Amino acid sequence: MNYNWNWHIFFEPNPTGAGTYLDLLVSGLWLTIKTALLAWVIALIFGTIVGILRSLPSKAASWVGFCYVEFFRNMPLLVQLFLWFFVLPELLPRAAGLWLKQLPNAPFWTAAIGVGLFMSARVAVQLAAGIASLPRGQKQAATALGLTTAQGYRYVLLPMAFRIIMPPLTSEFLNTVKNTSVAITIGLIELTGQARAMQEFSFQVFEAFTAATVMYLAINIIVVTGMRFLERSLAIPGYITGK
Amino acid sequence: MIEISHVNKWYGPSFQVLKDCTTSVAKGEVVVVCGPSGSGKSTLIKCVNALEPFQEGQIILDGIKVNDPKTDLPKLRARVGMVFQHFELFPHLRIIENLCLAQEKVLGRSHDEAVAKGDKLLERVGMKAHANKYPAELSGGQQQRVAIARALAMDPIAMLFDEPTSALDPEMISEVLDVMVDLAHEGMTMMVVTHEMGFASKVANRVIFMDKGEIVEDAQKTDFFGSPRSERAQKFLSKILSH
Amino acid sequence: MFGNLDFDVIRRSLPYLFLDGMSFTLMLTGLSALGGLIFGTLIALMRLSSYKLLGRIAGLYVDFMRSLPLVLVIFWFYFLVPYIGQWLTGASRPIRVGAFTSSLVTFIMFEAAYFSEIMRAGIQSISKGQPAAASALGLTYSQSMRYIVLPQAFRNMLPVLLTQTIVLFQDTSLVYVLSIPDFLGAASKVAQRDGRLVEMYLFAALVYFVISCLASYGVRRLQARIAIVR
Repeated sequence: MNYNWNWHIFFEPNPTGAGTYLDLLVSGLWLTIKTALLAWVIALIFGTIVGILRSLPSKAASWVGFCYVEFFRNMPLLVQLFLWFFVLPELLPRAAGLWLKQLPNAPFWTAAIGVGLFMSARVAVQLAAGIASLPRGQKQAATALGLTTAQGYRYVLLPMAFRIIMPPLTSEFLNTVKNTSVAITIGLIELTGQARAMQEFSFQVFEAFTAATVMYLAINIIVVTGMRFLERSLAIPGYITGK
Repeated sequence: MIEISHVNKWYGPSFQVLKDCTTSVAKGEVVVVCGPSGSGKSTLIKCVNALEPFQEGQIILDGIKVNDPKTDLPKLRARVGMVFQHFELFPHLRIIENLCLAQEKVLGRSHDEAVAKGDKLLERVGMKAHANKYPAELSGGQQQRVAIARALAMDPIAMLFDEPTSALDPEMISEVLDVMVDLAHEGMTMMVVTHEMGFASKVANRVIFMDKGEIVEDAQKTDFFGSPRSERAQKFLSKILSH
Repeated sequence: MFGNLDFDVIRRSLPYLFLDGMSFTLMLTGLSALGGLIFGTLIALMRLSSYKLLGRIAGLYVDFMRSLPLVLVIFWFYFLVPYIGQWLTGASRPIRVGAFTSSLVTFIMFEAAYFSEIMRAGIQSISKGQPAAASALGLTYSQSMRYIVLPQAFRNMLPVLLTQTIVLFQDTSLVYVLSIPDFLGAASKVAQRDGRLVEMYLFAALVYFVISCLASYGVRRLQARIAIVR
């Protein structure tokens, strides 16, 4: 393979004049993490609301939940980001559209919200499945004790459902991290974007992508380990999940 | 205390689970409901605290109409204890927390008050030593005793039992029945769905026999065991007692 | 709100959007699903094989692929495939690889990781008695896999495999990052040429939405039918 490897490239100054190529990649890594965390908060909030809606006995509520999930699940994430980024400002009243377009860090906010809403549909599906997997008697027992529907969810159903869906939620969080890379199409220079930029400036394609790959692997390992820790600390004595 | 009159209930357009059921339970009375599986006895008892809705007829509980849309159902349910076939303790809460949850959230008792009450009742069902365990660490019989204590913690005016011993291993049945017998002797108003004819002959005032959604027989205990009038009840009794 | 929009641009570009763009997308989806399924099944068999090392390698491959964003993998293969081609053909310099081939290799290798997990679950869902019965009849390991286990695993997992294919269909839009004219790429090209971003992206969204909705509706129907047969 006639490719000129140059692993020292990471310590050479980057063309922005501030720091090395490695600094560039690390700043991309931070942006990836920041975007993913904000997106995850959004995904959890909306996913929980919609997941609960889907599990309610009311036909109307579960229909609203169903439509929400179908809307966000049946369009490519890339297209959704384009809708938020390019289309939404044009469809709003002129002043609001202008404000949106001039927002500083627009790619960051669009990415976090876009990825967050996209992922919220998947969180909702997981949560609804988790709630459905609980014995029907749990809800009845809560009701029979006089707890309202809201109290039943807050104190009985959700604490169990979230414990049960912890493993799939871990992979959904990792998907959130990975999906932030789609935002390079709207100009978010996160980790993949910085690797791509480094490749364009330095022509050291494989070094750049190797570094990004290693960083993504590191995120995965850290998150999986952390979640396993969390799972263990939240485990209920004597209770075998998945039964 | 409990007045059930002409209750009809359908699942879907054609399947009738309850057919014109009428009966009552007076204050301090113990009524046992028995019958083959699928006879509607569990459904009937769940109608009493409105866990199951019904389409026709009415149920009046301590002077309050259960099927009146204006009735504050959580408040009403809090005044009637219910014990389920599968215990339905909340698996993520310690035993004492299981007893405190509804006391605090529904009755608004302080935590200390709730714990004191909970301790007293655990003592009474012989489970005080297990207060800090989780439900999955207990045997079925122990869990059911805790479930009874949880219901009693709400200071109920009546108790509903939905096949409280049918999910238990045979050697654990008596420890639960003993608690129930004590309760009956103390004058608690009880409506008990069960196949335990020993329990019925020991403490019941009346026995109701249901089949195919109908109340076939509603008789004083001695009459029921002495000479059941209907053929269906005779058949059922001979099957149950021959075991 | 829609006052100064020109939806006629969609009508004018329909042939380009569908004959060029959508056919690229569907071809890429179909071939990637097929290739991904074949490789995925092989990987699943490796993971479940009694040779520990083989299972390790397959497991590492799956974990590795599933840790990386698809966009990064697309870039990787875009630059790597010419070198692989050079290595395979013994040419003196990296060979030129077309956009379609490059994306196809990417998606097959990427999807294989995901399909392998589905097939693994499918194989594990078959009761142990089935391969035992097969070997009792004198079938070899590969015969029992080929005729007994894999067909059942495939049939049980068909709804999941199809759902994953719908995800794949949506994911192919990411070849946009290589400026390849798939359906979204074609729409984007027209959008930028005519300055009609709103119209074109709304239309693209609608098309993806309708196709995915219909496909997932079909999968739900299939699932219901399978559930009845069981």
